[in-house]
Amino acid sequence: MYAQMIKSEATQEDPEKLTAFQARIDAGEKIEPKDWMPAGYRKTLIRQIGQHAHSEIVGQLPEGNWITRAPTLERKAILLAKVQDEAGHGLYLYCAAETLGVSRDELTEMLLDGRMKYSSIFNYPTLTWADMGAVGWLVDGAAIMNQVPLQRTSFGPYSRAMIRICKEESFHQRQGYDIMMKMAQGTPAQKKMAQDALNRFWYPSLMMFGPSDKDSVHSEQSMAWKIKMNTNDELRQKFVDQTVPQAEYLGLTVPDPDLTWNEETGHYDFTQPDWSEFFDVLKGNGPCNRERLAARNKAWDDGKWVRDGLLAHAEKKAARRMAAE
Amino acid sequence: MSSPNAAYPDTPDTNAKPKRHEWPLWEIFIRGQHGMSHRHVGSLHAPDAEMAIKNARDVYTRRNEGVSIWVVEARHIAASSPSDKGPLYEPSESKVYRHPTFFDIPEDVGAM
Ligand SMILES: [Fe+2]
Ligand SMILES: [Fe+2]
Repeated sequence: MYAQMIKSEATQEDPEKLTAFQARIDAGEKIEPKDWMPAGYRKTLIRQIGQHAHSEIVGQLPEGNWITRAPTLERKAILLAKVQDEAGHGLYLYCAAETLGVSRDELTEMLLDGRMKYSSIFNYPTLTWADMGAVGWLVDGAAIMNQVPLQRTSFGPYSRAMIRICKEESFHQRQGYDIMMKMAQGTPAQKKMAQDALNRFWYPSLMMFGPSDKDSVHSEQSMAWKIKMNTNDELRQKFVDQTVPQAEYLGLTVPDPDLTWNEETGHYDFTQPDWSEFFDVLKGNGPCNRERLAARNKAWDDGKWVRDGLLAHAEKKAARRMAAE
Repeated sequence: MSSPNAAYPDTPDTNAKPKRHEWPLWEIFIRGQHGMSHRHVGSLHAPDAEMAIKNARDVYTRRNEGVSIWVVEARHIAASSPSDKGPLYEPSESKVYRHPTFFDIPEDVGAM
């Protein structure tokens, strides 16, 4: 997902406090920033929300790549609005993380020097305009699968950020599907581009949910804390079940020869992605890892004079006001 | 009852860290179209109030969500403490007569 392979921290604290805390969560209460919480809960959330925020920000790059080359002015305006939304999503999430006592600059620095990760999906290139369709349809679609249940997460600020984000996401997925429909109904060359985009983004999209975590201790803890709401496999299955008919409608073929509808389970059987590729991308060896991080570092460095200058100006103005009073 | 303090927690290790030169955090309040009060919608960083309002417009009113923006620097917000929940809110629990449904008015009297 936008937060993958989040390790939850073991917690060693007053058992009585821990029991009371868990009881609040089980009763569906929201945990707010100033409430007592186990150190592990706080740490795990900072890692998870931070990674989620980084994904929103880095996720602007593959789509930003096509803003200047969108085929029409309208498509350009739509893509620009979509990418701007993602910046907002990053902001909502950074703010949620900040309520846990980490600063924005700290989070940014941890992204820039590689201590924190972002979703593997954004390390794949966007080669044609059809990729803008595939990203909106599949990548935002997969993100929605995960974000909708997270609206009910136990941590108040995270839950509220998710509610805002979910309101905006369906526009993202629909604009992507709209591009796919246009391409799939277009000339043979356009349809081929659409099929090629689906071929390249299918398995990376399945990887977004992370490897199977059925037996993972970490996800068990996170699920008890309600900061993870479903297993990775559950969400992946849901995504496949939802997406396959949408591909059929487009007249495109999901690149999985073993994909079959299973009468008995009421779900599609499908081929797992190549998990060695996933781990390789996480390690930094995906097609675009270096490029993405370099772009973020450049933006941060190039923006330094603006950040410093505006702050100096604001401080000077405040000092002058103080002197006048 | 403890005295009011900041809206966000100071985690143990934040104090130990060197002070950062970061734009301050602002809390954003938006009044929607239909005459409701300003409502807290989120926060953002900005060097000053003017920029905070501009950024708030870009982030929190992209879909006609509001007609008016308030910004308050987060450090100026005083907040009650979770441990005061009892002393602050319990007194009202026993005062059911503050709700109109406490009183039985005969139907013959008509709407009231
Ligand atoms: Fe997003
Ligand atoms: Fe999105």
